[in-house]
Amino acid sequence: MDKPHSHIVEQLSEYIDGELDAGTAADVEQHLAGCGDCRTLVTELRAVAARAFSLVDTPPQQDLWDGVAARIVTRPHAVRGIREVARRRFSFTLTQLAAAGIALMVLSGGMVWLTSSGDSRADFPVAIGADRDLPAVAPVRLSETHYEGAIEDLEEILERGRAQLDAETVRVLEQNLKSIDAAIEECRSALAKDPANAYLNNHLAAARQRKLALLRRATALTAGS
Amino acid sequence: MRTEAILLRPGTTLTALSRTDTADDVALAAGGDVRAFERLYRAHLPKVHSLVRRMAAGRDTDELTQDVFVRLWQKLGSFRGESAFGTWLHRLAVNVVIERFRADTLRRQRYHVGEDIFEVLPARATRGDLSMDFESALTKLPDGAREIFVLHDVEGYKHREIAELLEISAGTSKAQLHRARMILRRHLGGQQ
Repeated sequence: MDKPHSHIVEQLSEYIDGELDAGTAADVEQHLAGCGDCRTLVTELRAVAARAFSLVDTPPQQDLWDGVAARIVTRPHAVRGIREVARRRFSFTLTQLAAAGIALMVLSGGMVWLTSSGDSRADFPVAIGADRDLPAVAPVRLSETHYEGAIEDLEEILERGRAQLDAETVRVLEQNLKSIDAAIEECRSALAKDPANAYLNNHLAAARQRKLALLRRATALTAGS
Repeated sequence: MRTEAILLRPGTTLTALSRTDTADDVALAAGGDVRAFERLYRAHLPKVHSLVRRMAAGRDTDELTQDVFVRLWQKLGSFRGESAFGTWLHRLAVNVVIERFRADTLRRQRYHVGEDIFEVLPARATRGDLSMDFESALTKLPDGAREIFVLHDVEGYKHREIAELLEISAGTSKAQLHRARMILRRHLGGQQ
């Protein structure tokens, strides 16, 4: 291949894209008139571009929505202020809320059963660790007043802002709150029989924290705080 | 596109209806409507996922696609409607992919890889789905050449736009596009 030929080859993509100036394009066409290899190359390059343009877009093999939804629910619009985000009508991911509620119910039921049916310390290493390694758990009653007060405040705020949530979200929210309340009551009943049980105390505190967190999240989305 | 309960006015085209529908969902999603956002996600998922897959040669495609939609959710409020929503979303997706690989300090070298690729790609595909063969061939291109080829020949970007996006010169973009085409033509050889 002589130099002019290789130089022309390097310009063929720009030629087929119509990006050469008129003079250069004329030089290329003059070369093409006498060079079969370059004419073939032009045809092949056009075929590649045409194939690329005709590629069909396909969705992923598995839906990615759940992963996206989980991240956008916890990461609100950066471009809007917190106040605006809180005012918007908001839908929780129902599967997430339902799953959280069910998990809490199962966990609570299971743990209460474990701790109330025989010597849980023999079968449940976490409880052993909690008893042996943790400092004495602060009695739940000490935080009862604060807890109840916070819950009442949040429930009142949620009630006022209920209209900001759609009906399905409210339904699932109430269902989950009911589940958490049931778990709390179950813990309280078990604690009535075994007040010093460290695991039950921890579990009750955790359930309360879950309820507070859920209420805070819901109210933050309904109130303009 | 939600057309089931919509009566078309005379002169209303499906394309126009689709744009209106998208615009509605964009506005709703920008206001925090997750369901409207999910409709946007579903409408644009194939395009975004395919763009990401081709740009990234199949690496972390699902994760990057999710990143694109999370970024979209965060940025929706800044969409001014100065360009078509799909075009805007595409630019956003391209940026997400580029940012992911920008940390690669060898980026600039990606445009000057040797010619080993000519030995990697088979001369031509002899059977099977030609589109899939072509998609597969794309993944074997050098990173820089592939990104430019996808942006120019698949997505329709101009060289000056590619140069801006990738922080390279327009001349480099043109040279790498030609290089990618020269490689791929071998793959397509005899299939016309």
